[in-house]
Amino acid sequence: MLFQIIWFVLWGILWAVYFMLDGFDLGAGILQRFVGRNDTERRMVINTFGPVWDGNEVWLITAGGATFAAFPTTYALMFSYLYTPLLIILFALILRGVSFEFRGKSESRSWRNLWDIAIFLGSFVPTLLFGVAFGNIFQGLPMDGAGYHGDLFYLLNPYGLLTGLFFVLMFLVHGALWLTIRTDGLVSERAARTSEALWGALFIVAAAFLAYTYFATNLYVNYLRHLFLFVIPLTAVAALLGMRFFITKERYLAAFWSSCVTILTVTLTGVTGLYPNLIPSNIDSAYSLTIFNSSSSAYTLKIMTVVALIFVPIVIAYQIWTYSTFRHKIRESDVSESGEAY
Amino acid sequence: MDAVILSRLQFAVTTMFHFIFVPITLGLSLLVAWMETRYVRTGNEMYLRMTKFWGKLFLINFAIGIVTGITLEFQFGMNWAEYSKYVGDIFGAPLAIEATVAFFLESTFIGFWIFGWNRVSKKVHALSIWLVAIASNLSALWILLANGWMQHPVGYVLRNNRAEMADFLAVATNPYGLLKFFHTIFAAYVVASFFVIGVSAYHILKNKNLALFKSSFRMAATFGLVSSIMVFVVGDFHAAEVAKTQPTKFAAMESLWDTTKGAPYYLIEFPDPGHERNLVQQIEIPKMLSYLAFGSGDAEIAGLKAFAPADRPPVIATFLSFRTMLALGLLFVLLTLIAFVIALRDRTQDNPFFLRLMICAIPLPFLATQVGWIVAEVGRQPWIVYGVLRTSDAASKSVTASQVLGSLIGFVLLYGLLAVTDIYLLAHYARKGPEEDLSSILKTSTGGEA
Repeated sequence: MLFQIIWFVLWGILWAVYFMLDGFDLGAGILQRFVGRNDTERRMVINTFGPVWDGNEVWLITAGGATFAAFPTTYALMFSYLYTPLLIILFALILRGVSFEFRGKSESRSWRNLWDIAIFLGSFVPTLLFGVAFGNIFQGLPMDGAGYHGDLFYLLNPYGLLTGLFFVLMFLVHGALWLTIRTDGLVSERAARTSEALWGALFIVAAAFLAYTYFATNLYVNYLRHLFLFVIPLTAVAALLGMRFFITKERYLAAFWSSCVTILTVTLTGVTGLYPNLIPSNIDSAYSLTIFNSSSSAYTLKIMTVVALIFVPIVIAYQIWTYSTFRHKIRESDVSESGEAY
Repeated sequence: MDAVILSRLQFAVTTMFHFIFVPITLGLSLLVAWMETRYVRTGNEMYLRMTKFWGKLFLINFAIGIVTGITLEFQFGMNWAEYSKYVGDIFGAPLAIEATVAFFLESTFIGFWIFGWNRVSKKVHALSIWLVAIASNLSALWILLANGWMQHPVGYVLRNNRAEMADFLAVATNPYGLLKFFHTIFAAYVVASFFVIGVSAYHILKNKNLALFKSSFRMAATFGLVSSIMVFVVGDFHAAEVAKTQPTKFAAMESLWDTTKGAPYYLIEFPDPGHERNLVQQIEIPKMLSYLAFGSGDAEIAGLKAFAPADRPPVIATFLSFRTMLALGLLFVLLTLIAFVIALRDRTQDNPFFLRLMICAIPLPFLATQVGWIVAEVGRQPWIVYGVLRTSDAASKSVTASQVLGSLIGFVLLYGLLAVTDIYLLAHYARKGPEEDLSSILKTSTGGEA
């Protein structure tokens, strides 16, 4: 019982950290062609996250691996029920992953344009579909003893699409703020203006999401039962407003940190509302996948807890070291003179 | 075709494609780390150019190895949901541990290495590629322990309608998994060595950058010779472990139909599964097979007929793959021995025919690793977990054949595109040779701070 709760918390944190970290490089990937107007500027964009994107993506692999190890039944059913959307996410991430490496391998303009399109699609599609997938998980899937009764088009329901749009805007602003603080000159200015312009849309969609969630999901039940839990969504709202405050004051580093807090707390808001479900059934709650009916044995969870407690802090430590090693702003000279840059 | 067959086909395509890139990563990361260490120790710029040249080829491969690995993790849930439910309690753990302990390390420090040339001291930079090399090999360990468990399940109990972990240490020290790990990584080192030898041979023939490529050739020949001998030594133990734990696979590997005491080894053999016998059976070495399997010439080996037809693996594929692997393995020892000797005597240039041969030999170790995996995976059939769960009971119930057909076509197209791009880039950069101009690195890295 205790270990199932520990792994539920860890599961939520893994997803939250994944969205916070990969969120900015996915967002910046979508913005690459819009914020970068020529090849040098586009390379600057990619090189802001060049050293870290791969490490960020491993949080996704670990979130997947942790779901497998701790909640194998949920892993099995979630991945097989969501076969097609996961396949599309996978194809997009594969294209995106190789495009950073391949793009710079030829000077040809059409070659680079091709991989830029791959970067755009590879960043936009997973962002949208992660949102759609989580929206549908919050809402519950049509599943019962006979299996799953939906398809890809079922997932594209209004609430799923709204959550998808919410994720896209959240990551776009996140990516824009990242580019603002990590580049200089025109790229940074354009990114700053983008973050300001998109924040309004993000605010409206976030408000719509919070309201629609009340009608479309049971996420608020836990909050109404334990009022202190409201501290999580309230932090999200405060961080979202803080982002605007800091953007207006042109304190972009603080705005970026606010954006990090927003993404973390938005994810945790959803996850906390789900408890004890991992995927609710919206046909009959008897068929919901919960942390109790889909978990591994206590023994396996104990082993995994020990592994996580030892290694996750080490991972965090060396990832912080990487971030601090590459904390400098990317300037034009960084990409034009260096043979190492993407 | 039904969803199970298509899912198997898809897993085979995606795994075999993934395993084109993995061995290069496992082996070349170590070689590049060693090259950079020599640069740090000697300050000789030739080693820096060497590191950069092989490093670039390494990175082109690395990218595809990483992204195609994600596919495999996803597929366990997507296509093999019943399997994941049934064994997730045990099988999920090594995968999650791999991500936490190894994959993070590898992916974080690869970025550090690519971008860190002007940012950290030379020593810290060399350390980062060592961490990548260690992490990718550690990653192989956990993946192969997971696979080892499918081959020879240990440390579990059947409870609550599934296999549950009873003894983590048994899973982590499964002799089958450990032997498989060593067999696989040494095979991977052979792949990387042949790659470096072949590309070096090309440049030596062109008479360009001789010192650099002779040195690369020598390193790779040494590494390749040691590794190809080790593949054989470990492979021998591994085969004995198979004989002990997977009698059906062993019988199929050797195409042995009747249970035999003091079984001989036939140098030439070909199975005829329709009649449950061998079509050809020539050049007998008495008692050799019993000796190889159990260390005693009189030992009894179970033949395929001792098992119900429904419990036997496909014989021709398993047998042919095993023989091909064996023949190639012998050839690798021979070729790397010649390479080692001529490199040691500095006679590479005097042997243009051998150099050309080694260019042509680059794909052979790739082939050997692929057929090796066919022996391992096809030879395990009809089981997905040997003796515990059948492959036909393991596929996702909610996934239809047309869904899998669609995804399979998608994978073939996408992976085809990646393969074409990768081969084009590798050939281009391998032929182009090392950069002459190192000014962008040298100007700052000489005065580098930590």
